[in-house]
Amino acid sequence: MATAYENAVKQEDVERRGRVPFVAVQNLHKTFGRHKVLDGISLHVSCGETLAVLGRSGTGKSVLLRLIIGIEKPDAGSVCIHGQNIAGLALDRMGEIRKKMGFLFQHAALYDSLTVAENVAFPLEHHRRDIAKSERADRVRQLLAEVGMDGALNKMPSDISGGMQKRVGLARALALEPEILLLDEPTAGLDPISSGEIDELILTLQRERQMASIVVTHDLHSARANASRLALLNEGNVVVEGTFDELQQSDIGFVKDFLKQS
Amino acid sequence: MSDRGIAAAENMKPPLLHSQELEIPSFASNAKGLFTGFFEWFGSLGVFSWQVLKAGVTPPYEWRELIRQLDEVGSKSFPLVALAGAAIGVVISLEARYSLSRFGAKSMFPATLVYSVIQVMGPVMTGLVVSGRVGAGIGAELASMKVTEQIDAIEASAINPYRLLAATRILACILMLPLLALVADSCALLTGWFAQAMVEPLSFHQFIESGFSGATFNAFLPPTFKTAVYGLIIGLIACFQGMRTSGGAAGVGRAATNSVVLGSLFLILADVVLVKFILAFFH
Repeated sequence: MATAYENAVKQEDVERRGRVPFVAVQNLHKTFGRHKVLDGISLHVSCGETLAVLGRSGTGKSVLLRLIIGIEKPDAGSVCIHGQNIAGLALDRMGEIRKKMGFLFQHAALYDSLTVAENVAFPLEHHRRDIAKSERADRVRQLLAEVGMDGALNKMPSDISGGMQKRVGLARALALEPEILLLDEPTAGLDPISSGEIDELILTLQRERQMASIVVTHDLHSARANASRLALLNEGNVVVEGTFDELQQSDIGFVKDFLKQS
Repeated sequence: MSDRGIAAAENMKPPLLHSQELEIPSFASNAKGLFTGFFEWFGSLGVFSWQVLKAGVTPPYEWRELIRQLDEVGSKSFPLVALAGAAIGVVISLEARYSLSRFGAKSMFPATLVYSVIQVMGPVMTGLVVSGRVGAGIGAELASMKVTEQIDAIEASAINPYRLLAATRILACILMLPLLALVADSCALLTGWFAQAMVEPLSFHQFIESGFSGATFNAFLPPTFKTAVYGLIIGLIACFQGMRTSGGAAGVGRAATNSVVLGSLFLILADVVLVKFILAFFH
């Protein structure tokens, strides 16, 4: 049986999109205690493409992202980044792959003992010691300007709002110019105006940088705004995958209910 | 009550648990849980120690973070350790003088104070004070980082958290404890002499000469350097408790408390082993 990676490099796919998958998840299983969170999930994302992963709360969307970045290890299945299976890699080997990935956590996960500028500079200070300190500082300012936070360089994370923390988290995720961007509920807990601003920001960055992105969200409007494809999860597996129009045409009861309620 | 009211009340009753019985944990199941939990804890500590050791000896090294931790563990513990040492010195001085007077051995006072402080009280007291201050601080800090996903963010940024967070803190504790023990010993001897001199004239020179007469390096260096082992215990336990925390604010509190309690307990147990070792090989 062909893997997700092999399927995705079929001639018609390459001709249609001209891209090969950056991220390919194949038959992934994950259980916590007695609770089966992921039950053989498979999907893939190519360069310049954005996949929105939707589903009810507790269906394993965030766990999927954590498996892709390697913070959790799967019980079975494979996670391939650029064709390399990362499922059994040691921590230091994973480091080289993670440098190509940016992750925005659901609550931003900013380092609360560092200022906004120091948070964004953190990956640069560890991985870009080859460039001068002044150049790193310029890069930090540029990143914060891109997300509209250049006025908060010396503020602490506790001094800024949740939406601002997400923006800083996004700037930090982009610090190493990743090829793959993983976003865990980027608009969760935000008011509609802030959510719209974050969506707009993500769309602009994706358009400019042509990254492969996976956005986990339960917000259908946000998913429609940002994603070229949507995957709807239920009971640990993908129920349906495709464009928003394709989802609307689905006859599956769960999909109809989900779209109706959103 | 109307029929509608009775129906509403019926609907509010909890579902009948026909197929379930209320489970009361038995003594056997509690004992089994404790037994397996005991070995699980030590097993996890072993795995954690190996991860930290592997990370600590492979580059790139986190020198900046290590220097920051040396300051945090060493310089910032200095006042507390000095004060504790000073207090211990006065207490031992008063107690020793009273006990030695009863047996007509007042002339032994300087040596008694010097050997008591440097070989036993100084190192143990330093270890317990630092376990309380540094152990709790490390445990709480790392636990807070764990529950707010900051450690996950460090890992997602392709930085080894065992190297950045744990190895630096543990190494700082190992390096700083002997120095802090020297501080405590010095303060204890100074205040111990002062407390004695207030009662009976005794010059500091006489006190030092009498206290250290016949002493060799073997008498004092091993007890001081055994505090490096205390530092390993304090740092390792605190980092382990912090980095495996779960359960929000309650979990952070538990991590801080367990770091101090377990760190102090293992420190005292280690002292029993180390004393035997020192007596066997250095005396």
